[in-house]
Amino acid sequence: MSAHPPGPPLWLLAELTYRCPLHCVFCYNPVDFARHEAELSTADWLRVLQEARELGAVQCGFSGGEPLLRDDLEMLVARARELGFYTNLLTSGVGLTAARASALKAAGLDHVQLSFQDSTREMNDFLSHTKTFDLKRKVADIIRSQDWPMVMNVVLHRHNIEHVDRIIAMAHELGASHVELANTQYYSWALLNRAQLLPTLAQLQAAEAVVNDWRARLGSRMKLFWVVPDYHEGQVKKCSNGWGQMFLNIAPDGTALPCHTARMLPGLAFPNVREQGLREIWQDSEGFNRYRGTAWMKEPCRSCEQREQDLGGCRCQAWLLTQDAAAADPVCAKSPQHARVRQALADAHEPRLREQPLVFRDRASSLRLSSEPAG
Amino acid sequence: MNSLPQIAHGYRLQWESAQQSHVLLYPEGMVLLNDSAAAILQRCDGRRSIADISAELELLCEESGLEPQVRDFLDIAQQQGWLA
Repeated sequence: MSAHPPGPPLWLLAELTYRCPLHCVFCYNPVDFARHEAELSTADWLRVLQEARELGAVQCGFSGGEPLLRDDLEMLVARARELGFYTNLLTSGVGLTAARASALKAAGLDHVQLSFQDSTREMNDFLSHTKTFDLKRKVADIIRSQDWPMVMNVVLHRHNIEHVDRIIAMAHELGASHVELANTQYYSWALLNRAQLLPTLAQLQAAEAVVNDWRARLGSRMKLFWVVPDYHEGQVKKCSNGWGQMFLNIAPDGTALPCHTARMLPGLAFPNVREQGLREIWQDSEGFNRYRGTAWMKEPCRSCEQREQDLGGCRCQAWLLTQDAAAADPVCAKSPQHARVRQALADAHEPRLREQPLVFRDRASSLRLSSEPAG
Repeated sequence: MNSLPQIAHGYRLQWESAQQSHVLLYPEGMVLLNDSAAAILQRCDGRRSIADISAELELLCEESGLEPQVRDFLDIAQQQGWLA
């Protein structure tokens, strides 16, 4: 047990499945998701909800993959609501029929986050490798008919960032209460496609100006969240609000993680909820304690005056770009490896690299990529 | 500001024993509230006026002249989007 037990996790993200009808090129599910296809049973998930609530978790997100592919979703939502969670469904919209929406409303679902890939049918359907744009617009109407607050989530990158004005206009027209304009975070599938997805600094600056203009016009009628693109900023963000501080992610197979992508880190054993209780996992497991606080830090983080604010940045990004999970996040301008981020930005201007075909998130690609030797 | 303040659609106020405080929950977020903020928001039910809320709190706290502070807090709550 750690000397000072951590505070409770506030956010439980229940990744119910990696199955998904979409094939997004920026998906944060692990590239090797096809090797982790076993899913927790309903009984396991009900126990996870109970234990997370007893620990103090308050927000519960049902995510995936596509959580609507689980036919026990209504039962899980009902139990989460009964336990006192604020319940969030994070969905592509595929499978959210009027009947299913009514059942989820009756179960007590509080809110729906609906993803769009773009404001145009062509780009939305290209990026997800599906014909879903018209369906998503219908789903937005279904969400509104149930009187749920709707957060529209759009991941931004080179191919859609210049449409941000139309994206916000579409969200407003569809009755969104919040819009999450999430600049791509380069992990998993997005990292594979980084040279093809990274926008230019000029694109980012123009888009942010558009967002600020809309904010001024909308006032409090619709909230706009602009998720900062860290590659261009040179300033790091706290990893999931601090490793093992607030966020508890349960993967479909029951692996408990301090963030979506932590499973990739070598030499770290993450426990499974099938074998251990959540309190023990959260408080005592090596995986959750390894990067808590600041004691693990090396230079330049250890003596940096920002260390309590950013906690050294993202451990997964450090591993992906430097092969050292305890290194400073190379996005930070003070990192000895910051040149790697600058190189990635330069590569995104290199026609030979940026014109390579995109790799779509699908099972065949996952199996192929997870059997290839690293590097 | 609405003369009968009410918590915004999609927001929920509840006591959290793990935090030993009231929290305001909303899509993908939450705010930990101090006792004063919680006492005001608990009364924002769309039926009580600001004067009603202030009078109740004055009785509860055995203190007078709280309405300006209640108004100041409700202005902030409105700006934050916590009120309808």
